[in-house]
Amino acid sequence: MSAPLAIEAHDLTKAFAKGRVRALDGLSFETPPGTVLGVLGPNGAGKTTAVRILSTTLVPDSGRATILGLDVVRDAAAVRRTIGLAGQNAAVDENLSGRQNLQMIGRLSHMARSKAKQRAEELLEQFGLTDAATRSLKTYSGGMRRRLDLAAALVAQPPVLFFDEPTTGLDPQTRQDMWTWTERLVREGTTVLLTTQYLEEADRLADQVIVVDHGRVIAEGTPGTLKAEFGTTVLLVTLEDLPNAQRAAALLAPLGSREPMVENTVVEMNVENGPKAGSEALRALDAEGINVMGLVLREPSLDDVFLQLTGHHAEPDPSASDPAGRSSPESFGSRGTR
Amino acid sequence: MSTLPLDQTAALRPMGRVERIVWAFNDTLTIAWRFLAAMVRLPESIVFAAIQPMLLVLMFRYVFGGAISGVHGSYVNYLMPGIFVQTVTFGSIVSAVGMAEDIQKGIIERFRALPMARSAVLTGRTLSDLTRNACSVVLMAGLGFAVGFRIQTNVPAFLAGLGILMLFSWSLSWGFALIGLVVRSTETAQVATIPILLPFTFASSAFVPVSTMPGWLQAFAKNQPVSQVVNACRALMDGGPTSFHVWVALAWCLGLVAVLAPLAVRRYRRTA
Repeated sequence: MSAPLAIEAHDLTKAFAKGRVRALDGLSFETPPGTVLGVLGPNGAGKTTAVRILSTTLVPDSGRATILGLDVVRDAAAVRRTIGLAGQNAAVDENLSGRQNLQMIGRLSHMARSKAKQRAEELLEQFGLTDAATRSLKTYSGGMRRRLDLAAALVAQPPVLFFDEPTTGLDPQTRQDMWTWTERLVREGTTVLLTTQYLEEADRLADQVIVVDHGRVIAEGTPGTLKAEFGTTVLLVTLEDLPNAQRAAALLAPLGSREPMVENTVVEMNVENGPKAGSEALRALDAEGINVMGLVLREPSLDDVFLQLTGHHAEPDPSASDPAGRSSPESFGSRGTR
Repeated sequence: MSTLPLDQTAALRPMGRVERIVWAFNDTLTIAWRFLAAMVRLPESIVFAAIQPMLLVLMFRYVFGGAISGVHGSYVNYLMPGIFVQTVTFGSIVSAVGMAEDIQKGIIERFRALPMARSAVLTGRTLSDLTRNACSVVLMAGLGFAVGFRIQTNVPAFLAGLGILMLFSWSLSWGFALIGLVVRSTETAQVATIPILLPFTFASSAFVPVSTMPGWLQAFAKNQPVSQVVNACRALMDGGPTSFHVWVALAWCLGLVAVLAPLAVRRYRRTA
């Protein structure tokens, strides 16, 4: 008998807002047990919708998904006993202490009271929260909160874990810790589905990566193959105004591996050799008498890979509370913060 | 070839009916514990929540009491049953705000991915709201006795009145939890509930006899549930013909639960 796949999604679709927004549009993938699947995609790509369907909190319009062979709709109750959920959507209770939160989740996972208590202590210890165990979550730092969130997902020792953007907004140290913990879990045989906007995170953790856009898989492979294919350095040049930016874009076009993009006063382009392209750009602009206000070289972000793959930037997430308008200067700047 | 944890086989076994009911009950207690534990961590929340109704008692007793006429016997004895009902009615706002907060913060999302009984999110909440309201009523009764309230009937009748009050409180929790599920934001829940509460508590027999109101208002004030529950509590605490009022109040409470509880459960199941 062959062991079932840890996660299998087949042609999932889901529409919101009375069919106007197609969050998932035929999403399919497979994950074998004991591996990490990285789901890459910008806001609005359908990552969170996929996680919600796979974790039984949302029912797909059509298509089929199974966790260890259990159907997420038909066998939802059994699926809930095999999964753990952490990340941006699943919260912990602010008004309780860390210990109380973990004990509550243990009880709601139908553990005996003594087992739930014992498990809470183990996890507090493991995540370095023992000293803060009795404090209200209101006093926890962002990093402590995220550690508790991860601990909450592990209470019932589920064989399949969903981490929905687990490190978004985290400090570098906690992000490193999250990665170390995830690696340990996988070594112990856990399957992890990880959604992320960070190529670096998928690179470090994922055995297999799928890139999702408009609710379907547009590329898949190991992190290495994807990076080799789509990862180029980004050159950003800021000019005085839009006309100058347009002039500069035309002038610099031969340096890029792709047509330069102009957003307000900024020219953005993909280049093969960052430093060389940067100095050449400066010389060329200087020769034409165009004033350069700023020049930035950036390692490829997911959005860059995404741009390569689709020829357009990510679109705002219809379900996100604060959709980032891609046309505004703030959102342009924020893409560089990693 | 990776092997699955041993627990796996246990996870796949479907629960029997008895087991499901036992766990649904356990889950309800766990969710109720969640709110009560938070309340114990933050006892100020009860005290501050009680300040407003306490001020109302003092104001009606000492400020308006002298001007309010048409009441047989002492006004404070007339007033307190109304205050009790007003306390649990306004106390139900917490059911709406708390439910909206749980959705907003995302804890409902976590609950939905756990093997717990889905109904427990609502039954646990209404149970804890009931407990909290019972605490408030005890506080209000203490204050009432301090400002001259005396039971005019007997202790069993008084306790029966409190029983009806608690049943009413529980039935309201379902309705307000439903509002929280619909509006999904704490701010909206706050402003959506007050306009419902004010006419029902003040255009009622809670503080003044309905006979003093204009005719068109009397029709509403006489027949709405808050008045019916006040009348029953007043009859049981301050005296007067009881059985009719008690039956009408019980019918209202049970009717509200019968309508609001299924609506709230249905709405919760559909909440994405």
